Formats: sequence, C-alpha cells, structure tokens
Amino acid sequence: MTVSSLSPLVVGGVTLRSRLFLGTGKFPSPGVMAAAVEASGAELVTVAVRRLSLTGPGDDMLSALDWTRYRLLPNTSGARDADEAVRVARLARAACGTTWVKLEVTPDPNYLLPDGVETLKAAERLVKEGFTVLPYINVDPVLARRLAEVGCATVMPLASPIGSNRGLQARDLLGILIEQATVPVVVDAGLGMPSHAAEAIELGADAVLVNTAIAVAEDPALMARAFKAAVEAALMARAAGPAGSSRTARASSPLTGFLRAEA
Amino acid sequence: MEVTVNGTQRHLAEGQTLADLLAELGAAPEHVAVEHNGAILDRADFPGLVLRPADRLEIVRFVGGG
Repeated sequence: MTVSSLSPLVVGGVTLRSRLFLGTGKFPSPGVMAAAVEASGAELVTVAVRRLSLTGPGDDMLSALDWTRYRLLPNTSGARDADEAVRVARLARAACGTTWVKLEVTPDPNYLLPDGVETLKAAERLVKEGFTVLPYINVDPVLARRLAEVGCATVMPLASPIGSNRGLQARDLLGILIEQATVPVVVDAGLGMPSHAAEAIELGADAVLVNTAIAVAEDPALMARAFKAAVEAALMARAAGPAGSSRTARASSPLTGFLRAEA
Repeated sequence: MEVTVNGTQRHLAEGQTLADLLAELGAAPEHVAVEHNGAILDRADFPGLVLRPADRLEIVRFVGGG
C-alpha cells in the first residue's frame, strides 16, 4: 500500500482502471450477464474453457458481451494438476490470442482449494512460455512470494472457498500476504457481499474478483453496482488516510464544560 | 471412417477437413481452439487439415466461468 490507492492498477504491463474483476459463470442469461458486467465497470472478465457441445447448442453465456470493450482472462478451472492447467492455458491462448491466464489447479472437488505445489509448477512453465500468469492460491504468504519470484503478474489469494460467499476467513494471514507481496494482490473467491470486497481493499488488496455473489443475486446488475461502489469506497478510504483504532473510547465531544462541578 | 471428437466416436466421410467438421457442428472457427492428436492447431490450418481415421480431436470454446 505504498502507492496512492487511487492510482490505476498495472498488471503485466497493462493499466487497469477498475479494481473489480468479474467472473462470468452462473448468470441466468447472457443478457443479464452483460448488464452486470457493464454495471460493474470491470475491464477484466474471466471465462472458462470447456469442450464444445456436440449434441446441442451448449453454453452461449458469452454471446451478449462486446469483447472489444473487455480484456479476457481465461481460467484453467477444472485442472487437477500442472499438466492439465498448462494444456488448458495453451488452448485458451489458441482460442482468443490472449496470453493472460488465471491459473487454477483445484484437485479437491469439495472445497476447490488450490494445490500450491502444482500451481507453482504450472506457473513456472507458463511464464517461460510467455504467459501473463495470475495464480489462484490459498492465503499463503510464502507461496505468494515464490510465485512472484518465478514471474507471476499477480497473486490471487482466496477469501474463502469458491462460491461460498463467506468473506475473508483468513484475514490476518491475508494482511501478512499483502504486507510481503511484491506483485499486485487480487482477492478472489468467497467474497459474498460488497462489505467483504471493501474489507479486502481496505486491508490493502490491489483488486478483487467477484462472480457468484453477483451472478446469483436476484438483481445481478444492481449487485454489481453495489460491489463497484464498495471497491471505490474502500479505495477512497485508503487514500484518505484512515484514523487509527483503539480498544477504549476516545471522546469525540469536549470533556469540559459539563453541567456539573468540574473535578 | 471413425474419429474421436471430444471423447466421442464420430463417423466422417473420407477427405473431410477440420473446417468441414466445424461447419457440421455449427461451430465458428474463430470461437474455438482445436487439439489434433495432442497438438494445438493454428486457426489458419483448419481448412487445410484433412482428417484421417482414428484421429483424436479436442474442440474447446469459452463458456461463462469465474
């Protein structure tokens, strides 16, 4: 948190005006998704790579989005080890030409927690192949440093498990990770309400990535606006220089001139 | 002839190209990536790639995801 909190975020040499990244999964329709992306002000939008359906129309969720206005961030979701992640990243690059990839290696289907060992292996290979790598990780400050050392553009620690909407479950560790990070920190996964996103940014995170909380809301566009406002509020608060906290009261009103005899 | 497309056996006419197959599947070439016998192809190679018996193809596209 050494630079001005209101300055643009630079990732992999690219300046991003919005510090809210959006996922495109789980929306009820392409139109609703496009409206939510628009309302969020996001520039960076994640997508997944899947087999083309041979039997039906398949997923057309991305059909309503104007791709000239957004930067695509393909993920490697579904990958269970480094080999699978590298394969998906290469296919994503072949499909759209971007060298950006959100590296996800999640062998555990229950909690979808990231495998740090495989993630580091895949990151090393992808960086060597010229990818801009944004790895999804557990809140592990040491792993975050290792990933930065091999050339990752950011680290993306989770708030809580993907889609769980439980907010920052490892707040203190996240603070350490942010304090020690040498690349931008994007808090990803589990941000269920705008207050969670604001908390992450206030703690010093450079950006947040939100999907489920917006996509599954009754009014996704309105929720997207709420997250945008929360991120902006937290950035302004950081720039404003927050007052310190204390365990005991510090009176806001004068402690003199009471309607009784002064001691 | 038989080829494997996305893990499923599929019958194709002899001489069919990858571009023909994509058209048959209703897939716009600019929206997919293709792995042919384990190697990822350049899009420019789709029209000229004549498929052969027992070829393995993985055809992927982007979908909504976080």
